[in-house]
Amino acid sequence: MALAQAKALPATTDTIVPDKIRDGIDLQINGEHFRHTGDPQMPLLWYLRDVLRLTGTKYGGEHGENGADQVLLNGKAGSAISVPIAKLEKVEITTIEGLSANDGTLHPVQQAFIDEDAIGCGYCTPGWIIASVDLLQRKKQPSDDDIDSLPNVCRCGCQTRVRRAIKRVAAGKAGQP
Amino acid sequence: MSHDTLMGNDRIPLSRRRFIQLLAGGAGVLMVGIGTADAADAPLPLPPSLLGDTFYGIGAYVRIDTDGNVLIGVRDPDTGTGVNTSLPRIIADELDADWNRVTAVPLGLGVTDNNGQPSWIYGRQVGGTGGSISAAWADLRQAGAVARWLLLQAAARRLGVPADRLRCESGTVIALDGRRFTYGSLVEDASKVDLPNSVPPLKTAERYQLIGNPAGDVDAREIVTGQTRFAGDQQYGDTLTAVVVHCPWPDGTLAGLDFTDTLAVKGVVKVLQLNPEAGQQTGTTLSAIAVAVIAEDTWSALKGRQKLKLKWKPGASNSESSDALEQQAGVLVAGKTDPTTRVRNDGDIEAAGKKAARRMEATYFQPWLAHATAEPMNCLAHVQKNMATLVVPSQAPQKAWAVVRRLTGLTPDQIQISVPRVGGGYGRRLDHDYVAEAVMLSMALDKPVRLLWTQDQDIGHDYYRSGSVHQLSAIIDRKRQILGWNQRMASASTLVNRGVPDSRLWTSEVDVDQLPAALVPNYRSDWYGQTSTIPRGPTRSMPHLSNAFAVQSFIDEIAHSMKEDPLDTHLRLLGDARELPLSGGGTFDTGRLINVLKLVADRIEWKNWLHSVNGLGIACWHFNGAYVAHAVEVASQDRKLVIQRVVCAVDVGRIINPMGLEGQVAGATLDALSTALNLSISFKDGQIQQHSGKDYPLASMAQLPNAVEVITVPGDRDPAGASFVAMPTAAPALANAVFRATAVRIRRLPLTRELSRLS
Repeated sequence: MALAQAKALPATTDTIVPDKIRDGIDLQINGEHFRHTGDPQMPLLWYLRDVLRLTGTKYGGEHGENGADQVLLNGKAGSAISVPIAKLEKVEITTIEGLSANDGTLHPVQQAFIDEDAIGCGYCTPGWIIASVDLLQRKKQPSDDDIDSLPNVCRCGCQTRVRRAIKRVAAGKAGQP
Repeated sequence: MSHDTLMGNDRIPLSRRRFIQLLAGGAGVLMVGIGTADAADAPLPLPPSLLGDTFYGIGAYVRIDTDGNVLIGVRDPDTGTGVNTSLPRIIADELDADWNRVTAVPLGLGVTDNNGQPSWIYGRQVGGTGGSISAAWADLRQAGAVARWLLLQAAARRLGVPADRLRCESGTVIALDGRRFTYGSLVEDASKVDLPNSVPPLKTAERYQLIGNPAGDVDAREIVTGQTRFAGDQQYGDTLTAVVVHCPWPDGTLAGLDFTDTLAVKGVVKVLQLNPEAGQQTGTTLSAIAVAVIAEDTWSALKGRQKLKLKWKPGASNSESSDALEQQAGVLVAGKTDPTTRVRNDGDIEAAGKKAARRMEATYFQPWLAHATAEPMNCLAHVQKNMATLVVPSQAPQKAWAVVRRLTGLTPDQIQISVPRVGGGYGRRLDHDYVAEAVMLSMALDKPVRLLWTQDQDIGHDYYRSGSVHQLSAIIDRKRQILGWNQRMASASTLVNRGVPDSRLWTSEVDVDQLPAALVPNYRSDWYGQTSTIPRGPTRSMPHLSNAFAVQSFIDEIAHSMKEDPLDTHLRLLGDARELPLSGGGTFDTGRLINVLKLVADRIEWKNWLHSVNGLGIACWHFNGAYVAHAVEVASQDRKLVIQRVVCAVDVGRIINPMGLEGQVAGATLDALSTALNLSISFKDGQIQQHSGKDYPLASMAQLPNAVEVITVPGDRDPAGASFVAMPTAAPALANAVFRATAVRIRRLPLTRELSRLS
């Protein structure tokens, strides 16, 4: 099967010198190291979903139209289907699975989405969370206009609750009653 | 180059009629008492997640383990309606369970073999059609009541006191003298107690602990951490991935196919043509011929599909256009010909016309619409010789089952369908064309196959809502009373080729009891059916979405023509609070509608209606025992429309989960606004013109209001469904507000395009 292309390297790669002879592209995803030896043009989305089975990042249209495929690339939100693996060497990739702390503590944005019930069917929620994390990194106190700039769409109509969740994080009240 | 063509297999024809009867007959409460011994001895196959050495069965829906942890099965698919939370809470309340110890478990399809026919273990299993709560209220509470009764009996025997001297509280049975037994300590004994002869009395409302109190979504943590497994996130070990491209014409054919380059793509396994089965009902087989590219992974399949050289040949439908259909509808509603169906005819509309002091007439135009679910159509299917295993994001797994059964010929219990959380339904997943495709592919390849529709296929090959034209006329007397109301509507019925007699095709298009029926003494509603080869299917809140827009816009127009405050016009039309009989059964409580109307008016400060710089608009509706009103405030700034405030009040009877209800109401409001502002499907030369989220753009954050102010009316009537109650009135309230802000009357949707055309 072509699917067996990726191999997780131990988390302590700084003590292990990678084998330079091998082909492939080194990737850093959620703090772990992987090497992709397949088609360098494969979009990140399919690498995440099919190869690593990190399925929290969703298909959201051929160009990421609904935003469900958003991931953080060096901390900035981007469409995982729009970026080929070839462009991701030395790029720190964070998916929805990598947001919470190792002990399970949720990222404040994740917690605020629960607090405000900012969830419809839940399919596009990871994309909204990633976009919100990016926004809050750029603007600690985002205005309504800033929030309006989020590219995501949602047919369940979670937008007003997402807005509340973002403001809750900005107010430092994630996880509080 | 030749290729394999899969034809549907109709070895075992199962009649539609029989299927529906079984569905109805299976919707009882029989499951409640089944499984009194430990689960391993349960007479029915139970989902593996509910089995285990430590679990003791008390009913098909409830498992309590010896530690006191409670598992509650959820029979209906959760499409974002929150039933994974609300259905278990209904059972848990009746059981007096400790909610913190409850885990909700989606049950998947429950079916057994009853002499070759399906027997539905859990009764009705449908999600996202607004009926889950009402149905659960009727039967699921009894599952909790029986389980609780068994626990009480066990405790009574252990204590040697009558069961009616004991009470239950939060997972504990408590005796008068204060002795307590946790449910966990009782389940082993309880599972040996004989079942009651009849269902024990249900709780009275003052004893509800969970019902009526807010609860967050039980799946929330998994969702926000990306752990929720939707159907497309699942696969078996050696699963192949298929992507498809459908013929642009429903009746078109494949004239040429060269897939040499496709097969040259590394990872591509095969190319197959899939044909619709002739003679099958809409939504149970493909809506058009398709070509599937099967590969080892998604990216290879997509690359392979890119390299297909396809030549499609149009069928007879290649001259159809949505513009021409609308023109035809416009001619029909002029009323020169007899309607297809006279839906309602109260009083004497002609005689009323002679008393007219004023006549009003207006025509409203509704576009075709797609579903645009967030999660695309997809299905994981593994068909083997004696077993078919599927993971389907279906709203109606029993209908999916029928498709699998027809295609495979397997016996009822050889078909296992699991339904994980579903990424939006809105009616699209009541149809199972994509399930037929996945099953045919798995059978042809003899492997598990996961099928993924890309967005162009979703938008371009949907079962659409028909466009419609509504001509309304009103006869008004000297006292400003609406004496007569005549509505003519033309559309292509959703129900064609769906087992519905011709005389009932109107039922998906117009509601016999919709406003202002029963309020106006001379009321006529005519429906003109149109034909189209473009596939149609159930959509959210149909037929109310289109009709409420026309009716509630028209009442606003009447008010303005009489130089009257629209709220006064509404209130005069509704009259005194009273219950009026509905021809579809039940009653229309005008008092409840007046109440929600006044609630939104108060909240938005309607008294400013005349003098407000911004435009205020209002609308109300009732259907399925639910009452809803919207008030909207818009500002027109630099020719740009800004929705400043949206207030929605709903009365759905008893509220199960206020937090869930608020989310559903706010969500449906935003969906309705998004649809009204932006969305339309068109077709030309028989081909759908929209193929992506860019062509069919759901509203951006910036277009939508910053908040939806939701008012929920507490009530003690049996709960009505809430998942789309707030849909119908948002758009007319918006259009009425736009009129006040801009003096432009919107009679055609989508609104944004129409407003810029008229401004």
